[in-house]
Amino acid sequence: MLSKRIIACLDVRDGAVVKGINFEGLRHAGDPAELATRYNREGIDEVVILDITATIEKRKALADTIQAVAREIFLPLCVGGGIRGEEHAEAAIEAGADKVGINTAALSHPTLITTLAKRYGSQAVIVAIDAKREDGRFKIYVRSGQQGTERDAVEWAQEAADRGAGEILLTSIDQDGTKAGFDCELTAAVSSAVPIPVIASGGAGTFDHFVDVFTTGQADAALAASIFHYSEHAVADLKTHLRTNGIPVRIT
Amino acid sequence: MIALIDYRAGNLTSVRKALAHLDAPTTTPATPADLATADGVIVPGVGNFAVTAALDADWRSAIERHIARQRPLLGICVGMQWLFDGSTEAPGQPGLEMMPGTCSVITDQENTTPAEPGQSDRVGGRLKVPHVGWNTLRVTKPSWLLDGIPEDAQVYFTHSFAAPVTDDCVGATRYGMEFAAAVERGLVGGVQFHPEKSSDVGLTILRNFLRKAS
Repeated sequence: MLSKRIIACLDVRDGAVVKGINFEGLRHAGDPAELATRYNREGIDEVVILDITATIEKRKALADTIQAVAREIFLPLCVGGGIRGEEHAEAAIEAGADKVGINTAALSHPTLITTLAKRYGSQAVIVAIDAKREDGRFKIYVRSGQQGTERDAVEWAQEAADRGAGEILLTSIDQDGTKAGFDCELTAAVSSAVPIPVIASGGAGTFDHFVDVFTTGQADAALAASIFHYSEHAVADLKTHLRTNGIPVRIT
Repeated sequence: MIALIDYRAGNLTSVRKALAHLDAPTTTPATPADLATADGVIVPGVGNFAVTAALDADWRSAIERHIARQRPLLGICVGMQWLFDGSTEAPGQPGLEMMPGTCSVITDQENTTPAEPGQSDRVGGRLKVPHVGWNTLRVTKPSWLLDGIPEDAQVYFTHSFAAPVTDDCVGATRYGMEFAAAVERGLVGGVQFHPEKSSDVGLTILRNFLRKAS
């Protein structure tokens, strides 16, 4: 059976992982390659590098980070954050990314999805959607969740799939950072509407939250950051918990 | 030296990095004639089967000569599908015709009642295609390619079309239907999944290939 994927997100700024990390066991605090190596050893299925670098000049640091991670782990590697056009995607892929996540740029220039899918294949194109509950629907926010739009998340996910996206990375702005659980309703609404995999993100706080998002939420994969940083065994323990609850996962 | 054939079907960075990790020198031959000195050849590839049209008559005959010299070849993803007669994804576009059979789109041939949510390949009652993620590789025959792979190991897939289970199949995977995940005929091998993205299991498979090439 196809396993439900557990994806670790590394929030990277100027070449270092930021945000709530337990640096235990790492020689260099916040070193993305070391953290990715640890996750690989623990059995993570995929790694996302989310670039939160503020300036364009610092994008060189991102390429170095991607290269360092891609040299150490042999897992699917996605890079997102600040990919505004084809040249950014090209730089990420040439540095060793297998997939690129596009968000704001995809919404303002939807043809970018098709351009990248034609050039690298749909499997390399992840459309990231940040959604927030408003007036009884799921509205899309852009610019790192700062700016609201009138677009509906489910409709946009369908359009993105039609345009050639290979996967949807769906973040609930309401849940993100709360540790109160994924937005299963949002995830199920999108997952049941598109023919491509949906990665749920935002709100992971307990192992049971993952059980919920894989059952009620109909997610194909789930992404988290801080929950994996707490202990050396978090990924393995999570997978054991999921398997005990009947969710198919890859155990290494 | 391992020759990675670059026919503009996706990027070779991942395969090259995995081989570098295993201390294998690689080259990207500029012309078919450059294959004459290769110890092993890898045909990667992602996307539509139609991209294999770039492997024209000159490439095909260079690859056939490589195989005739008793040197190993590994097809990955579309590169594996290309070893067959062809694919319904690009009718009329012949494969290498090294292995009989035609690749076709993944369909839901399960006739069982869907399991509990989360325990089924179906999401919301239907099968998503493409097949993306880690799935079980069931070794069906002894082979050099899958030597040392543990029972029920998982490997990383991303594809919509798949090869049929035939005599050449040495490893099978089930997603909606059973398909060939790994094939082998003599020193010609192929994998539908991505060994360069399948962590330790994938590296073992690449190491098996390199051993044949050394």
